[in-house]
Amino acid sequence: MEFEFSEEQRQLREAVEAFATKEYSFERLRAIKQSGAGWDPAVWRGLAELGVTALNVPASLGGLGYGPTETLVLMDASGPSLLLEPILTSAVIATALIRQFEAEAPAAELLRAMAAGDRIAALAHFEPRSRFDVRWVESRATSAGREFVLEGHKAVVAHAGIADVLLVSARSAGDAGDARGLELFAVPRETRGVTLTEYLTIDGQRAADIQLHGARVPASSRLGGEGAALAAIEAALDLGLAALCAEAVSIMQALIRATVEYLNTRQQFGQPIGRFQALQHRVAEMTVHLEQSRSMSILAAMRCTSTDLPERRRALSAAKVVVAEAARFVGQQAVQLHGGMGMTDELKVSHWFKRLTAIEILFGDSDFHLHRFATSAAAENSI
Amino acid sequence: MNLEFTAEERTFRDEVRAFLRERLPATVRDKVLEGRDLNREDYLAWQRRLHERGWGGVNWPKQFGGTGWNAVQQYIFEEESAEAGAPRLIPFGLKMVAPVLMAFGTPEQQRRFLPPILSSESWWCQGYSEPGAGSDLASLRTRAVRDGEYFVVNGQKTWNTLGHFADWMFCLVRTDPEAKQQSGISFLLIDMKSPGVSVRPIALLDGGSREVNDIFLDNVRVPVANLVGEENRGWTYAKFLLGHERSSIAAVGSAKRELVRLKRAARDERSGGRSLLDDPLFAARVARIEIDLMALEITNLRVLSTENAARAPGPEASILKIKGSEIQQAISELLMHAAGPYALPLRGEAMEAGWQDDPGSSPTVGPPFAATATCAYLNQRKLSIFGGTNEIQKNIVAKMMGL
Repeated sequence: MEFEFSEEQRQLREAVEAFATKEYSFERLRAIKQSGAGWDPAVWRGLAELGVTALNVPASLGGLGYGPTETLVLMDASGPSLLLEPILTSAVIATALIRQFEAEAPAAELLRAMAAGDRIAALAHFEPRSRFDVRWVESRATSAGREFVLEGHKAVVAHAGIADVLLVSARSAGDAGDARGLELFAVPRETRGVTLTEYLTIDGQRAADIQLHGARVPASSRLGGEGAALAAIEAALDLGLAALCAEAVSIMQALIRATVEYLNTRQQFGQPIGRFQALQHRVAEMTVHLEQSRSMSILAAMRCTSTDLPERRRALSAAKVVVAEAARFVGQQAVQLHGGMGMTDELKVSHWFKRLTAIEILFGDSDFHLHRFATSAAAENSI
Repeated sequence: MNLEFTAEERTFRDEVRAFLRERLPATVRDKVLEGRDLNREDYLAWQRRLHERGWGGVNWPKQFGGTGWNAVQQYIFEEESAEAGAPRLIPFGLKMVAPVLMAFGTPEQQRRFLPPILSSESWWCQGYSEPGAGSDLASLRTRAVRDGEYFVVNGQKTWNTLGHFADWMFCLVRTDPEAKQQSGISFLLIDMKSPGVSVRPIALLDGGSREVNDIFLDNVRVPVANLVGEENRGWTYAKFLLGHERSSIAAVGSAKRELVRLKRAARDERSGGRSLLDDPLFAARVARIEIDLMALEITNLRVLSTENAARAPGPEASILKIKGSEIQQAISELLMHAAGPYALPLRGEAMEAGWQDDPGSSPTVGPPFAATATCAYLNQRKLSIFGGTNEIQKNIVAKMMGL
């Protein structure tokens, strides 16, 4: 049992924190948000120089070959700065997805470019009727000679508008909800028949709904063997979920710190409002949520690559339940304890709150994961 | 970063499990697993068996005859013991007065009082709370006045747990009424057989067997040799004692044991023709607790690892108390609800093993677990009250967070 980070991991944390502090002040964040661009390419280049884009790429392909613990460190260090750039989307989830096909030449080539920061990829998987169910894919891939024709609708794909490559899942066989019959394609965003409807999300990032209408892609753009994409997608999303938990923990910690500072400063009734027990107890409850979430983010990082699938799902769902409920409570209460100031755009509190709200919902809210946990096969075995 | 126990820790855990399998008396185990009360002899017999194995002082250093185990080993031992249905270690001697004596007692006091704790020849109880001094313990008023080689003690202690079993009581008394609250308190060891000590049970809401008492001290003469440390410095020792016990404060092991009991009970109960555990609303309530408990277990291990690294603990110890008590209470609440209408029959006597054999006992109706479920629910309300109420714990957390 070991809860300390290695020297190398500590250095990674310091480097990311130093970069974020220097390059991503709150003023910078607000400026990027106000521009509506949803990211800053110069910052992305800086992150690439720092090695963030290479973190999850195998060493044989120019990457650092790191895993879930370093990803946790990265998210923890960068979280409070609220970077809008596609770290989670491209450097974590898309990279983790593509590297499962590193033996295939197109995937290897793409990974090299992603490690260098020259390519951005985004997973376009969930659909309007799937909500958070990974298996529910209605999009179709029909084989037509040496091509596939894609039809379907992908929902709220983060960073789709700046992705060079969309990793699109579609079904060549079976019905929505089936485990088998899923394909995964690396689709250039500019492909004909791929139409993006872009919008801002509450956290200041940009996302898009994607219409696939007769989009033709070469057969060689399929990643992996026929009909077997589900396991790879799940593995990538599980690392993403663990990363998301780590990000949430770091934001909650920053929010509680800011809230304590505010309570010690703000005077009412002739004293700092932090002297009032009702408010002190709220902070204590926020802290309990934070520490329980920290524990579960560690569990998520340790289990997200486990080959014991039921146990992995159970641990990740448990983590998301704890983190989602904590994110909601800490976010809401931080706004509440800041009073009117918590409602303004000019304090970072509201920005943290909105990112926590997004995290609460991403990859399944607490109801979804509570249900999955309660009905898992592992639950039966635990009696 | 690694959540697995080391090879040595796993070997140690196997050793503990083997010992529990071989030496834990089945009658005692069954009482614990069925949620019934233990009597004095049940506790003592178990402590004697631990002592025979050299494990009497789980939290003691080797120089005093203890195991010398580190925080993680103590944790493993206590969690495994709880899951297996072993009696909890009665903390008053082993974990409360003993560390104080080791740190502040005279060699003579250590020689006299420590060995009988290990061998379970002496049972200790705690004389802290008073009718007017609960969370605000430093306002206590029990007086000790020096008279030659004795202190003469007058006052009342309350919420004294299992004092009717006890041979000795460690007691906070006021020796300097002029001094500021915390500075006039001393730490005295009182023989429960002393003239002037009387113990009166307090009937609790659960109707179960006797648990807490009022203790009246009427001109009790206590030899000066039974003063621990310096006169008027008792508050320091009391605080030392309160900060000392963290390895089992979260009670993860017993919560796991009770959760299994809850799931089995719910699985076997029928509601509308199906298992209660297949009722999505009930299943969700169970799942929520189980998830909370998973998180608490890791939080607990994190706290222990800082202890092993000899770092000052953060607000985590209070978090363990708050969350641990909430989880245990939630489990007992659900177990009661699992009983449905059979939660209602009033059967305090069911807390005693073999109660059905008593011709005067209540009729046995409903599922077996239901007989004790409501008593346990009522009794467990204490968990968020004793050992520093959860509100006091939240004050501590807030202070540590900088408020």
